[in-house]
Amino acid sequence: MVWLLVLAELLAFGLLFVSFAMARWREPVVFAQGQAGLDLSTGALNTVLLVAASWAAVRAVGAFQRDHRVAGARWLLLALGGALGFLVVKGHEFAGKLGAGFDWATDSFTVLYTLLTGFHFLHVVVGAVIFALLWWNARSGVYGPANHVAPASGAVFWHMVDLLWMVLFPLVYVIR
Amino acid sequence: MAAKMKPTRVDFIAIALVLATGLSWWLGEGAALTQGHLGQAATLAVLALAALKGALIALDYMELRHAPALWRRAVLGWLAVVIALVLLASLLPRP
Repeated sequence: MVWLLVLAELLAFGLLFVSFAMARWREPVVFAQGQAGLDLSTGALNTVLLVAASWAAVRAVGAFQRDHRVAGARWLLLALGGALGFLVVKGHEFAGKLGAGFDWATDSFTVLYTLLTGFHFLHVVVGAVIFALLWWNARSGVYGPANHVAPASGAVFWHMVDLLWMVLFPLVYVIR
Repeated sequence: MAAKMKPTRVDFIAIALVLATGLSWWLGEGAALTQGHLGQAATLAVLALAALKGALIALDYMELRHAPALWRRAVLGWLAVVIALVLLASLLPRP
């Protein structure tokens, strides 16, 4: 079931990615002004945090498969830390924009930037909740070689969030 | 925890993903900027890095390398189409 969700999400975000690229082609000045207000270093830092969480999630699933239940729980906690780190950094970016009087409906850039990064942010929130629930359960040792479908499915969801950012980061933050 | 284990493919992939991100950051931060715009070669390089990172995540982290071909083709096909369309829209002469 998680794979159907993944495909639906990829298609929805794919439309937004292409819309952003086409709108930038059509309105280069508007997008140049909008992207000039973005901090590339913050975007790169968030990429590293997402990758770290993905790596920890893979390690967690591998640990449960080898019956290393305590290690698996610790890896999940590290994945949760990566997700929360992303939310803090991204939340700081959003707060800065709101403080500077950012209006999400000013032009094509602000609408597409808000939709893309806002929806992605919400997916990271969901990912963080999933990691927190999995970690809570893993503390009591419920996941092991015969029972690791839940952490594996949670990891796939997170890798999708990571995969989406691998396109979003260069599209919104790097190419201008 | 990690110290007890030998580095595996997933560890090296994490390092590769971080290095590729650093390269994209370096290109975008000024190394390849001309009057505030990324050059064509740098745009191609940044999107190639994005495709590489996406493929590594799909094949190795999502474990699609060993999954049914239909799922693997669907995700990699999505990545190829999106990157190609973004590349096209980024390199086309502005109207």
